[in-house]
Amino acid sequence: MNLSDFVIQYWPRLLSGTGITLAQFLLAAALGIAISLCMGLMKLSHNSIVRGAAVTYIEIFRGTSLVVQLYWIFFVLPLFGLTIEKFTAGYLAVGMNIGAYGAELVRGGILSVPKGQWEAALAINMSPAQRMRRIILPQALVNMLPPWGNLMIELLKGTALVSLISVADLMFEARQINASTFLSAQVFGAALVIYYILARFMVTPFMRWLERYMARKLGRA
Amino acid sequence: MFDWKWDFTWEILPRLIQATGNTLIAALAGYAIAVVLGLGLALAQRTPYRPVTLIVREFVEFIRSTPLILQIFFVFYVGPQFGIRLSPWASGMIAIGLHYSCYLSEVYRGGIESVAKGQWEAATALNMTTAQKYRRVIIPQAIPPALAGMGNYLVGIFKDTPMLSVIGVAELIHTANAIGSENYRYLEPYTMVGIIFLAISLPAAGLIRLFEAHVRRKLGL
Repeated sequence: MNLSDFVIQYWPRLLSGTGITLAQFLLAAALGIAISLCMGLMKLSHNSIVRGAAVTYIEIFRGTSLVVQLYWIFFVLPLFGLTIEKFTAGYLAVGMNIGAYGAELVRGGILSVPKGQWEAALAINMSPAQRMRRIILPQALVNMLPPWGNLMIELLKGTALVSLISVADLMFEARQINASTFLSAQVFGAALVIYYILARFMVTPFMRWLERYMARKLGRA
Repeated sequence: MFDWKWDFTWEILPRLIQATGNTLIAALAGYAIAVVLGLGLALAQRTPYRPVTLIVREFVEFIRSTPLILQIFFVFYVGPQFGIRLSPWASGMIAIGLHYSCYLSEVYRGGIESVAKGQWEAATALNMTTAQKYRRVIIPQAIPPALAGMGNYLVGIFKDTPMLSVIGVAELIHTANAIGSENYRYLEPYTMVGIIFLAISLPAAGLIRLFEAHVRRKLGL
C-alpha cells in the first residue's frame, strides 16, 4: 500500500489522534504556564519555607523522568484514593513537568529586569504586587519568550508520552494502526510528519509572532 | 506512608539496581553515539555546498521537533519491513543516539561560532588545509565552551531512557512494570524508580555545574 492510499484509508483516525494531541498540548501548556509563574515567583521569595517548597517541586520534576511522573500519577495516586481519569492524568503530568522547567525561565526572566526598574517602581510608591504586575513581569516576559519557544516544542513532544497510559492521541493511534496492519513505515512516517508540521508551522511561528507582538507592545521593536 | 511495605521494597531492590545498571549503560552508549554523530552533523552544516547544508539543517530540525518515543518505534518497526531485523537494544541506541546527536550538533555549532574570526585567519595564514584548521585550531577551542551544554544533555539522555521500555529494553521502568504486574503492587516499584532517578540525576547535575565552573575558571572567563 503506498502512502496516498494509506492516508486516504486512515486519515480519520490520524486526525482524531491529532485533535487529542492538540487538546493535551493546550491544556498542559495552560497548566504549565500557571505553575511556572507560581513556582518561579516562589523561588524568588524572601521566605525560606516558600522558596524551599518551590525548589523541592522544581528539583523533583526536573530530576526524574516524565514517564516516571506519568506512571506515578496514573498508577500510584489511585492507591491513595485519588483516582484520576487517564486524559486528565496525561495533561496533568506533562503540564507539571513543563512547569518545573518553565519556573527556571520565569525566575531568570525576572532577574534579567534591570535594577533601576525596581527602584523606579518603588520611587513612584507602587505596592510590591503592583510593581511585579505592571513593571517587572511585562519586561521579564519579553526577555524569556525565546527560550519558551523551545520549551513549547518540548511540551508538544512530551504529549506523545500520554499514549503510554492509553490516551488516544496521535502516538496512540499510530501504534494501534501499526499493530493491526504492520504498515510501520507509512503510519509512523505519517505521524512523524504530522508532529513536525505542528511544531514547525504552528507552534514555532506562533511563538515568533508572540515575541514580536510583545516587543512592539513594550516599544522595543 | 500509606500501605508502604518495606519487606517488599527490599525484595525488589536487587532487580531495580540491576535495571539501573542497564539504564546507565543505555544512557552512556546512546550518548557516545550522539557525541560523535553530533559533531558530524555540526560540521556538515558548515560545508560550502548549500544543498548539503540545507538538507542537514532541515533534518536536525525535523528530529528535534518530533517525539523521541515515535522515533524509537519508527526505527524498531520499520527495519523488519525492509528485511533488517534490529534488536530492541540496537534500535533503541540508534534512535536515542540520533535524537541527541541533533541536540548536540546545536551545542557544537554554538561552540564553533564562538571561536574568534582571527583564529580562522591565522590558520589560513599558516597555509593549513580545512581539515587541519578544524582539527588543530578550531575544534580544540570550540569544545570547552560547549562542555556545559554537553553535560546537560547527558543528564537529559539519562532521563529519556525510560522511553526505551516501550520496545522491551529491560531498563528501570520496564523492570518496574514487570514487578508491578507480577505482584499487583505499583506503589513501591514506581516510587523507588523515581527515587533512583533523583539520586542519580541531582548529583550528576551538581557535578556538571562544578565542572562548568572549573572550565570557566581555566579559560579565564
